[in-house]
Amino acid sequence: MRSILLCCLAVLLFAGATSAQDQAVAFVNARLIPIVGAPIENGTIIVQNGKITAIGPSASVKAPAGADIRDVAGKVIMPGLVDTHSHIGGPAGADSSGPIQPDIRILDSVDVRSPGIQKAQAGGITTVNVMPGSGHLNSGQTLYLKLRDGAGKIDDLLIFDKDGNYAGGIKFANGTNPIRTTGGGFPGTRARSAALVRGQFIKAQEYRDKIKKAGDDASKLPARDLAMEALVEVLDRKRVVHFHTHRHDDILTVLRLQKEFGFRLVLQHVSDAWMVADEIAAAKVPASIIFLDSPGGKLEAKDISGENGAALEKAGVLTGFHTDDGITDSRLFLRSGGLAVRAGMSREKALYALTMANAIMLDLQDRVGSLEVGKDADLIVLSGDPLSVYTHVLETWVEGQKVFDRTNPKDHLLAVGGFRVGESILLDHIYCFDNTLGGGN
Amino acid sequence: MKSKIFTTKTLRRNGSIMRSSVRQLHILLFMTLCLCVSAVITNAQIAVKGETVWTMAGEPISNGVVLIKDGKIEAVGTEGQVRIPTNYRVVSAKVVTPGLIDARTVVGLNGYLGQPHDQMAIDRSSSVQPELRAIDAYDARERLVTWLREFGVTTLHTGHQPSALISGQTMIVKTTGNTVEEAMIKQTAMISVALGQSGMGGQGRSPGTRSKAAAMLRAELIKAQESAKKDDPPNDLKGEIMYRVIKGEVPLLVYAERSIDIMTALRIADEFKIKIILEGAADAHMHLDEIKASGFPVILHPTMARSGGDRENLSMETAGKLKAAGIPFALQSGYEGYVPKTRVVLFEAGVAAANGLSRRDALASITIDAARILGIDNRVGSLAVGKDADIALYDGDPLEYATHCIGTIIDGNIVSEVER
Repeated sequence: MRSILLCCLAVLLFAGATSAQDQAVAFVNARLIPIVGAPIENGTIIVQNGKITAIGPSASVKAPAGADIRDVAGKVIMPGLVDTHSHIGGPAGADSSGPIQPDIRILDSVDVRSPGIQKAQAGGITTVNVMPGSGHLNSGQTLYLKLRDGAGKIDDLLIFDKDGNYAGGIKFANGTNPIRTTGGGFPGTRARSAALVRGQFIKAQEYRDKIKKAGDDASKLPARDLAMEALVEVLDRKRVVHFHTHRHDDILTVLRLQKEFGFRLVLQHVSDAWMVADEIAAAKVPASIIFLDSPGGKLEAKDISGENGAALEKAGVLTGFHTDDGITDSRLFLRSGGLAVRAGMSREKALYALTMANAIMLDLQDRVGSLEVGKDADLIVLSGDPLSVYTHVLETWVEGQKVFDRTNPKDHLLAVGGFRVGESILLDHIYCFDNTLGGGN
Repeated sequence: MKSKIFTTKTLRRNGSIMRSSVRQLHILLFMTLCLCVSAVITNAQIAVKGETVWTMAGEPISNGVVLIKDGKIEAVGTEGQVRIPTNYRVVSAKVVTPGLIDARTVVGLNGYLGQPHDQMAIDRSSSVQPELRAIDAYDARERLVTWLREFGVTTLHTGHQPSALISGQTMIVKTTGNTVEEAMIKQTAMISVALGQSGMGGQGRSPGTRSKAAAMLRAELIKAQESAKKDDPPNDLKGEIMYRVIKGEVPLLVYAERSIDIMTALRIADEFKIKIILEGAADAHMHLDEIKASGFPVILHPTMARSGGDRENLSMETAGKLKAAGIPFALQSGYEGYVPKTRVVLFEAGVAAANGLSRRDALASITIDAARILGIDNRVGSLAVGKDADIALYDGDPLEYATHCIGTIIDGNIVSEVER
């Protein structure tokens, strides 16, 4: 009975939220950090229909009539965070049948009800690249998601382009993770790893050539090959490669492959970045790095340095951060910025690396990553300086909808943890929403 | 990783980062420097000045001075109260704290590489091995020991990891010295016991259930109890140490995350009238009354530990709740199977301070409160006359993300001057 009541309440709330979409929301008197452009000390930002409609000093930006006006004096507002590398939603990509499986789609394995997704909202993350693991040279296609609330199916989180395609990249890895002594086609050495990847790309070039030659003659088309189709998208620079790589020589191997096949690339982890920052810069390739509390834990990370951020900034590399959740906790993503600054990165670039740099790496720079008019209304309200340990994410908004509110006891629990945070409480919450969406379970 | 001789500051000043081609040379240089540092600056007379000095023995002192002589603290007070003799080397920092204490780690037994040859905190041949001594497996020169020292950590309670019902002994060391003997504070501190999933035998070996784990632990304690009744210490390594447990000389460090395991630990402690320290204790927030009533302290999981498994219910607010309930507790870096190979208690205290613990109590959980739980507060944990001169220096609020530890002093020796 109680749960029915709760659900009814949720229906009402949800209905209210839906109509609120049309209503403008004005956040007034905040310190705004737009990322693109200078911070605004006493600023107003207005969102409506899921987009940012105005931003500027409170003195000059006036809320439209009928707007929901929220006084956030003393608070800081910045864009929702973008995480270029996460495993929330428990995705399972390639299996043990082979080392290169580009046909695998992570789309088919993300659990949208996983509490990890809500915890990421609690950490201020609004856009995320969910990837399969690194135990393969290629473990499948990744997915760029918007962490909207009340998702009952993966479609509810997808990001579509104007042609109706959903956004995502593809995951590669080198170094020790894909190396297996069990055979089964898996590489036993680094050189074999590179050879296997080159071999697949050459095969994909031939597949593409056959399609080209066939022209309008369907009878001459090669048989459909899902793996080849994905790699052709990579060769055609339509699908970005996210390449897990740690050691300095492995990083250079990735750059060599990139040069040979011309694909678009984001280096992921890049533990030895400080050793080869100039080479990365010369290749004009972006890097997404992670911060660990100590070096080591695995051989390839023995030289990982907090100074990667500073070194890459100095070399002029487009640098972003990622959680690799569960390696680091999505709820503490802002901490990466704090640690980067601790090790010498500028505050500006550290904040950029949590937002806009990552948006660029995911080809979403026109929609997310900064507070600019026309962009998606993805923002976070903070209790103070984004790079202070004492600061909390108070609210997270995605496309004009509030998806996290620290004053809500359930959301508070998500932010800090507690009894069965990941389980019963949330499932209640989601099932209610799901019913309102007619999803069922 | 950059060579330690290049601090962040020098890195920026030089405007270039060390290249791998000269890395070996730099590592050599660094090692030489390290040896020089510990050899040269020995038992110097030092005056440590701090804009804020957290003595942890009273209110923080503004513009404070700590005088060090012969490895011990000679005087503590304001600049007005303490005259600095002219022959003392003066070291200054914005914030000064006692050297930090990691109340539970496996660093030194487990190394940073995470490879079988440097992971010595668990032997899987048996589920019950209380005779394993930490002293026989500790590498005083392990890189993680240096790493922690550079953040101001001066004391480690380290030993066998909580991955077997009884995995072995723990000990207390300083993060200095070239040998374990030089580092030693207390050779046999506690016996590591693990309840719940971590304590299961695996591969068909008992315990395979929680009840079996409790039965096996009780059986070991009953054996010891019988020796004690006869006042006859057994003449075997396992029996000897369990005899000391039942006599109350050595406490059990019981890793218990879930509610059910915490209650089992308290039940067994009560049955045998032994001393225990709870560690992990993710569900402690559900049992504040029971833990408080038991009088036993808690060495809490890292604030930023990953939730999941037996730690499903952990909360960043538990430290604050333990404090409010009046339960003695300390923070730990704990055991990590993968990355990061060690956590840093300074960081864990910072996040606890952001989640319900005062800054002072957060610092206490990694200094004086930890020292009390470990029974070493007569020597370390606060800045008071006569105590070991173990001091950490910071260029700002020690708990803040972007603050650096800029110096570490152990027994009056400056053992780190890098900026971390």
